[in-house]
Amino acid sequence: MSSRRRRESSRTNISEEQITQLLSTLRQLLPEIPHSHSHKASSAAKVLKQTCNYIKTLHREVDDLSDRLSQLLATIDADSAEAAIIRSLLI
Amino acid sequence: MMNTPQQVKNPTSSLKSRFITRFLGALTKINAEDPISSPSPTRIFQRYRRIKVASNKSMAYSVRSRRIWSRAMLSRFRSRRSAFSGRRSSVKTTNCTTINVTINENKTAKGGLDMQTDELRELVPGGEAMDVCNLLDETAHYIKCLTTQVQVMRKIVDFCHLSK
Repeated sequence: MSSRRRRESSRTNISEEQITQLLSTLRQLLPEIPHSHSHKASSAAKVLKQTCNYIKTLHREVDDLSDRLSQLLATIDADSAEAAIIRSLLI
Repeated sequence: MMNTPQQVKNPTSSLKSRFITRFLGALTKINAEDPISSPSPTRIFQRYRRIKVASNKSMAYSVRSRRIWSRAMLSRFRSRRSAFSGRRSSVKTTNCTTINVTINENKTAKGGLDMQTDELRELVPGGEAMDVCNLLDETAHYIKCLTTQVQVMRKIVDFCHLSK
């Protein structure tokens, strides 16, 4: 019985390490929030919450940029602009 | 902001150029199929929808099936297409429901971290069926791709402003 408990706890420890590592990878991708209390060990829940908020922000930005593009596309000439854009972006 | 140094060749640069090529192609197509002269509000709204879908599609196709989230997104696009043409895509939905049942059982057993990932699972394509490790890994890649999307779209918008 005790050996089974030991085995289970070692399994969860390994996956906890993995999870901590993955969470720190995520935390590095998130934009820094200046006013947050910078405890070195920000909880998993906080990182997940910030991640969700960040993804929602990015979705909204894609929305907003699509909106602006839909209005701007009407005003530019496709062929010449496209070639120039490709050149400028891929450099 | 526009002159971000990109001297170091990283793996995301080829993803970025694939996305740019696809997305610009889609934009040219959308522009060609719409009358430039008189954009009514309905037309502009339709165009906004098409551009948004084109942006997400271009990114998903550029990642191809290398990621769980991109595969989920691509199958979503395909089932939407077949739904419009009237064909049934019941196979995919049955798989999802069986997977969801298993996940719920695991949730009550594990508790803790699984409860907190609920919201994230809804935001990441295909997130409902992933285990926690995959979910976090896929989320990181998904965020990187989203930021690339936003970056490129912003540059295009800026360029349109400049060329006026």
